[in-house]
Amino acid sequence: MNIWIAIGATAVGCYVVKLIGLLIPAGVLERPLVQRLAALLPVALLASLTAQQTFADGHALVVDAKAAGLAAAAVALILRAPFLLVVAAAVVVTAGVRAMTG
Amino acid sequence: MTSAGSGLTLLQTCALSLLVFTGASQFALVGALAGGGNPLTAAAGAFFLGVRNAFYGLRLSQLLALSRVVRPFAAQWVIDETAAVALAQPTRRSVRIGFTVTGLSLYVLWNLTTLLGAVGAEAIGDTDAWGLDAAGPAVFLALLAPMLKATTERVVAGVAVLLGLGLLPVLPAGVPVLVAALAAPAALYAEGRRGARAADEAPGEDR
Repeated sequence: MNIWIAIGATAVGCYVVKLIGLLIPAGVLERPLVQRLAALLPVALLASLTAQQTFADGHALVVDAKAAGLAAAAVALILRAPFLLVVAAAVVVTAGVRAMTG
Repeated sequence: MTSAGSGLTLLQTCALSLLVFTGASQFALVGALAGGGNPLTAAAGAFFLGVRNAFYGLRLSQLLALSRVVRPFAAQWVIDETAAVALAQPTRRSVRIGFTVTGLSLYVLWNLTTLLGAVGAEAIGDTDAWGLDAAGPAVFLALLAPMLKATTERVVAGVAVLLGLGLLPVLPAGVPVLVAALAAPAALYAEGRRGARAADEAPGEDR
């Protein structure tokens, strides 16, 4: 049930912000400060989410096979690999390290 | 695929793609729930990631010039990809075509792959053994990488990582990410202070 609440809240929230953009007059969101904040918020959120999903195990910080997988994804990104290849590199390396270390 | 591995049912996974339809928010929600997050803090993180779509909508509404009746239906397709394609078009006609074709094809493809991924994940059982739990952070990293071109962006990302990981052991699940989001306004404030000081030190000098 909790998951449905989260899905419902996210769906409504995300739809409303999409609609707001189409409905409100230009000018309100065109202020430079608002635009800078809108560009920086995803950076902060994505960075902390990436770190947490790689190194968090509940409330503890761990370094496991996922760290190797993420490093592989980073190398793929530096080599300008396409999106799916980046994700595939992370998955394959994580599975490989896990298989080797048991 | 990743969501089926973190305790969501097939129906919930598909509902997420059909109703939310903005990838980063979906992955964020699933990740926060898998980490044992409270549903509302999880939804808050996903919501903040979706806020950027409002700015796409703002640019698009001028270019698309849709009637008020159509706007609520077009809104669901206002995402990174449709905005990127539509904003690159030279005429209003091609903006509309670009938006509609990209929106429709992505909506169909995204929901189909969600269904296939969820069915597949249920079939293979232990998704961790296949390394699929690394797909989530890899997706985030791929979305994040092109944003890290300027110094401020890199500083914000670094501070957010430190806050997110540092607060993880002490705050309830899902909350550290929201605190880490404060790195964005903090960096803007610091940027503003620096700009003001530079202006004080060099009065009358235009750059």
